[in-house]
Amino acid sequence: MLQHFGKYLLFMTSLFTRTESPRILFNRTIDEAILIGINSIFIVAIVSTFIGAVTCVQVSYNLNNAFIPRSTIGFMVREMTILELAPTITSIVLAGKVGSSIAGGLGTMQITEQVDALEVMGINSASYLVLPKLIAALLVFPLLVILAMFLSIAGGYVAGTVTNALTAQEYITGIRGDFVPYNITFALIKSFVFAFLISSISSFRGYYTSGGALEVGAASTTAVTNSVIAVLIADFVCAQLLL
Amino acid sequence: MIEIHNIHKTFGDKKVLDGISGVFETGKTNLLLGASGTGKSVLLKCIVGLIKPDLGSVTFDGTYFTNNKLDIRQEIRRKIGMLFQSSALFDSMTVEENVMFPLKMLAKMPKDERLDRVNFCLKRVGLENANKKMPSELSGGMKKRVGIARAIAPDCTYLFCDEPNSGLDPLTALKIDGLIKEITEEYNITTIVVTHDMNSVIEIGDKIMFLYEGKKLWEGTRDNILDSDVPELNEFIFANRLMRDAKKVEEGEA
Repeated sequence: MLQHFGKYLLFMTSLFTRTESPRILFNRTIDEAILIGINSIFIVAIVSTFIGAVTCVQVSYNLNNAFIPRSTIGFMVREMTILELAPTITSIVLAGKVGSSIAGGLGTMQITEQVDALEVMGINSASYLVLPKLIAALLVFPLLVILAMFLSIAGGYVAGTVTNALTAQEYITGIRGDFVPYNITFALIKSFVFAFLISSISSFRGYYTSGGALEVGAASTTAVTNSVIAVLIADFVCAQLLL
Repeated sequence: MIEIHNIHKTFGDKKVLDGISGVFETGKTNLLLGASGTGKSVLLKCIVGLIKPDLGSVTFDGTYFTNNKLDIRQEIRRKIGMLFQSSALFDSMTVEENVMFPLKMLAKMPKDERLDRVNFCLKRVGLENANKKMPSELSGGMKKRVGIARAIAPDCTYLFCDEPNSGLDPLTALKIDGLIKEITEEYNITTIVVTHDMNSVIEIGDKIMFLYEGKKLWEGTRDNILDSDVPELNEFIFANRLMRDAKKVEEGEA
């Protein structure tokens, strides 16, 4: 375990030695941002919309009390979405989609000697391949989390009004009440942390793949498992430290 | 010229290379010959710096490479072209982008010049019209050709080929061998080819180093390899019935 962690730290250090020119790094980062960001919009949209809808319906079911105003449902959907569901669930979804893609891609490059080909040319393969992924994830994850927040709250609105759990006015009153702007900051800080963990852990697992196709599959699975565990631990640590 | 001195490499408790020394001459096709698992590819990777030897040194035209300063090693690496066993083409790039890649990364030349150089290299390996093809659309032989084009694109001084014939039919293998030899002589570069193919030995083996269980057992040329008195080498050469028959004919004629 400690050996792996040490290897991970050395790997992270190697990303920042002998980096490519800013122009190459910029172009590669844009490519990776498209791969990580644009290609993930659909799944993030679907997941967050339904999570918001389900949250609204379930909160409504649990708050069936005449003494509690219905607008509380909107308030709770907003708080749960911003504080936890949007950053954490989105990141877990992205750990599955982006993490496995990063690990699988790098693992395949490793076993087909494409990484060796870069090294023979005198290129720092870790920096050339991984650093743009890391920067792209740090840029794109917060944007996806903001999208997830918006769609989740919108999903709650649609579900709440369609099922007559509450009126549109009650929902809007709820999501506007007692708003704490710091919660948005907290969610974005979490998304940065999760982006770093998912992209770096998946890259690490993929980069050190050896063997054949079976090992590439195993590396992808391990990357996702480790990333999800890291995200959940980091989620707890962030909540303890920042709230 | 590439010189290696007393190269040792161990993985766990398995000794893969055991004190190998030798000289690989410029303008000649130098072969590393041996059965599978004798350490040929590991030796090649030690020479190009992909694997760090436990002991020993490598020098490129008198410049010490192993454990030298990073910038000196980088400078030497920029003169190295390598053809990998699996071709190692970047599968997200077209043939043109693959060949242009080292020029883009290493050579400071305008885009037009880069494109001219790519077209020249592709023409040299007989793939004039393959610029826009993806690696997945190429046959094994074509992939090797693109690999060679990519290796020679930045005007390499040293060419390394790791089993260039693996997975190819005998005719295509001969063409690839011929191409490697032609390029070596035309550009006067130092070429090292890892192989276990006796056809390659006969066709292009200007200088041959035979490895057995991590040790250098024999060194010579294709002209005297059939007359060697090393039992392990003879066992390797004459495992093939065709070679045994050739030997009988040669002895009959003698």
